Amino acid sequence: MTHLSDDELVLLFYREGDGLPEAEAHVASCAGCLGRFEALTIALREVESDPIPARGESYGADVWARLQPRLGVERQRRWWEPLAAAMTWPRLAMGGAVAVLLLAAFVAGRSSVRPVPADAPQQAEAPSDAARERVLLAAVGSHLDRSRVVLTELAHRNGGGAADISLEQATAGDLLAANRLYRQTAIRNGDAAVAAVLEDLERVLVEVASSPSPASHDDLARWREQIDAKGLLFKVTVMGARVRERQQDPAAPRPGTKTST
Amino acid sequence: MEASDLAVVARVRAGDHDAFRHLVERHSRSVFRLAYRLTGQEQDAEDVVQETFLRAFREIRRFEARSSFATWLYRITVNCSHDLVRRRPRAGSRPSLDDPELRMAARLADPSAAADPLRELASRRVGERVRTAMSELSDQERSAFVMRHFEGLSIEEIGRVLDLKTSAAKHSIFRAVHKLRRALEPVAELSR
Repeated sequence: MTHLSDDELVLLFYREGDGLPEAEAHVASCAGCLGRFEALTIALREVESDPIPARGESYGADVWARLQPRLGVERQRRWWEPLAAAMTWPRLAMGGAVAVLLLAAFVAGRSSVRPVPADAPQQAEAPSDAARERVLLAAVGSHLDRSRVVLTELAHRNGGGAADISLEQATAGDLLAANRLYRQTAIRNGDAAVAAVLEDLERVLVEVASSPSPASHDDLARWREQIDAKGLLFKVTVMGARVRERQQDPAAPRPGTKTST
Repeated sequence: MEASDLAVVARVRAGDHDAFRHLVERHSRSVFRLAYRLTGQEQDAEDVVQETFLRAFREIRRFEARSSFATWLYRITVNCSHDLVRRRPRAGSRPSLDDPELRMAARLADPSAAADPLRELASRRVGERVRTAMSELSDQERSAFVMRHFEGLSIEEIGRVLDLKTSAAKHSIFRAVHKLRRALEPVAELSR
């Protein structure tokens, strides 16, 4: 047998490869190859002089204790997965269209004083307005909550590398159509503060929905920057809170209305 | 008897999320070891452990039983480690491997030398040099070498983890060994 190459000596060291018995026999009988094999062994043992930091008996339990709260967040996120999957575009578009009509009626009703015909049956109209407002607030509240979840997920993705955002993309795609309609309605009704927040939200949703998944590190960083720079997550959270307040107390300020602190 | 990884995975997929604890407790140490060898930093390795299990939980529906759960987890660990190392700022100047301090450290780290605090310090310095040499390898070379040398995976298994043909995995190990030998030659010579 000819002398062993460096690569064959590496295979012998790790006891891999097809010609192991022949290689062993050769090294045993060849002083040159034996010397090279010993030098390789010394070099590779040197690599082991950097010990692994010790971990205690309870290490696995410790890892779980740190991980479990984060998995709780994951589970919360997953709670709406079936809902997100069920909210297909046609259903959402229909819901969005209804909500826009309601939003228009809501905003118009709040920003102007409608003349009431003298002969109109007032008791009949009041319950209808209240019912429409409840439906509208539920729709807008749900929209803002789902948007907040997507923004939160994106804002806290710190993995550094590419990340699977398929769930966020699906939700962003669903939210986009309704968001656009809400924004246009807000513009038509002169509600600039709400329209501005919805516009910023729409920019992020468009990008997320149309980007490839897994998203690149650069995409994630850019979205985080967009969310942070505009205080978008905070604004959407505040708007959502206002909507919930209004659901509970119809006299509470409308979303987008500034309140003194 | 402990449930197999596949049985636990099935439970997690069925909604028993707390069953994931068994997988975490069973594999934490090996994930930490691999992460430490790939990142060279204890805290980074801890971060990789957390990120690896978080990704595994998130992606568990994508796990296909074509490979073992451990192999799948290794793949996630390798990816998380690479992500972390890539976004870490590059170290400035690296110390030369043949400086007098290293030579002294190598002599002091010799196991035949009398035990004293200096020896421990020296061992640490040699360990740092090894980490420096490891950090000079490409991601693929380092991953393949660590899994073969420290974790005892076969070259075929390494190919599966790294999504490489067996021959490519083998050549990554060859290149890694060649580079490490060259980088650590001064230390190895003094250890003889």
